[in-house]
Amino acid sequence: MSRFILRRVLQMIPTILAVVLIIFVIFSVVPGSFVSSLLAEGRNVTNAQVVSHLNEQFGLDQPLPVRLWDYLSGLVQGDLGTSYRTREPVWQTIAPRLWPSIKLALAAMVLAAGVGIPLGFLAALKPGSVFDSATMVVAVSGLSLPEFWFGLLLMYAFALQLGWLPSFGYQPGSISHVILPAIALGVSPMALLARTTRSGVLDVMNADFVRTGRAKGVSEPRLVRAHVARNVLVLVLTTMGLQIGALMGQAIVIEKLFSWPGIGSLLVDSVATRDIPVVQGTVLVIVLWFLIINMLVDIAYAVIDPRIKVG
Amino acid sequence: MQLRFNLTLGAALVIAVLLGALTAGWIAPFDPVMDADLMSSELPPGGEYLLGTDGQGRDIWSRILYGARVSLAVGVISQIINSCIGTALGISAGYFGGWWDDLVNGLTNVMLAIPSLVFALAIMAVLGPGLASLLIALGLTNWSWTCRIARSSTLSLKSQGFVQAAKTAGFSDLNIMRTQILPNILGPVLVIGTLGIGTAILAEAALSFLGIGIKPPQPSWGNMLSDARELIRAAPWAAIFPGLAIFVTVLGFNLLGDGLRDRLDPHMRTRKA
Repeated sequence: MSRFILRRVLQMIPTILAVVLIIFVIFSVVPGSFVSSLLAEGRNVTNAQVVSHLNEQFGLDQPLPVRLWDYLSGLVQGDLGTSYRTREPVWQTIAPRLWPSIKLALAAMVLAAGVGIPLGFLAALKPGSVFDSATMVVAVSGLSLPEFWFGLLLMYAFALQLGWLPSFGYQPGSISHVILPAIALGVSPMALLARTTRSGVLDVMNADFVRTGRAKGVSEPRLVRAHVARNVLVLVLTTMGLQIGALMGQAIVIEKLFSWPGIGSLLVDSVATRDIPVVQGTVLVIVLWFLIINMLVDIAYAVIDPRIKVG
Repeated sequence: MQLRFNLTLGAALVIAVLLGALTAGWIAPFDPVMDADLMSSELPPGGEYLLGTDGQGRDIWSRILYGARVSLAVGVISQIINSCIGTALGISAGYFGGWWDDLVNGLTNVMLAIPSLVFALAIMAVLGPGLASLLIALGLTNWSWTCRIARSSTLSLKSQGFVQAAKTAGFSDLNIMRTQILPNILGPVLVIGTLGIGTAILAEAALSFLGIGIKPPQPSWGNMLSDARELIRAAPWAAIFPGLAIFVTVLGFNLLGDGLRDRLDPHMRTRKA
């Protein structure tokens, strides 16, 4: 098992390297450099000496391979570079944003699982019923909904009209601030979980061991609890894990809409100001979050289900 | 019955949006950009303005009709690019195997690890706003599922009699991939592509909402929402209708994709990643 885990960790490294390389190359062909975007803003850097000084300060006068090498050797030591804008280490800019982002992702997932799994389960117990059809309509709608629009409507209804909840912003420890963005972000994983749970339950319901149980006279509630639920659990947990991994990337527009101080809004802001080291850092964090959660899901999968080959 | 319902409703919605986009020049009562009139701004729906007016007094219904052109163009064209890339990489990887297969596999894993919206955002930051940038940003970032399906289908087709026979008959590799393998995997590629159009339309709307997609004054459903956000108290209709247009269009493509999948392969489970 520990060999499996080690191999799984090592597998991440080439992917991370490739991501770093891609992001680095994309941003080194940016036509407008950071310095020229300062110029465009009418800041006081019109003279050529200042420009070359700034370029030198950020190492932008070095050839691309040298800059890549510097960046990579910094990364290995946990150094994500220096923000062009704040002149602070990128890591210090990113670190305080992590927890809000994780909190939002978890809150969205709690809502999604709390609604989606029971819906999918109940729908599958009576396939073809009105409830089943209605659930599937809700699910496909949830996957088609532009979540920032839904968030905007929620904001309008519950914050501006009814005044029940704050319309945007973040306060540490405050639950009321997280509710609206979490609902908006949770709709699509909710829909996906409802669909996955339903098809998982339908699969298991037709499996031989369930038919045997039924033939033996096991009561229907007990059958559902002991045999169906347990077997669907693995599928549902996997889907949940993968969704949590993807949520940080999906949250960027929602974070921006609700002025949520997370990774996503930092990414959008840094793109707007061409603060490339911060953009690279935030993308890297989003990818790492995805890869680590995926790895944990794989490992948990191997632990829960002994049929998965470990080796 | 459910299956046919998906397909029919999906196709109907898509056709309706397509008609709206194609005939926008004739049926839109106002010009989407030029007919701005501050005297008639923020008028509620009804009367001369079917869906009301926005903050600059422009007719929302006309702007939605013209916005459909952007959404459909971006969704369909970017997804055709994705499907071509994914199919070409997937078939060749499955067919040739070896180092090429390893390389394509590695690249697919990398693409899966970067959320496509984040990737598109990065590319838009480099290329700047605009339709062409959107096509590139969204067309290059969402091919990994197509590639995976194409690859695994090719692997199982490769050992089958008719492919072996074509090989023995002296067909070139390119010819075999084109005439023997490609027709057999078009079904799943079409399904993923149709679902992908919905994803691309949502991504375009999100990017335009963030101000790095389609630049105003050219109407796009995403930048209409971005404008409407500022005046949501005074004119909520300016926010409601463009979002509804996105929702209905994406729903249409999703239903169409689900329906096609059930039609083409009843055994394939409802699964979407």
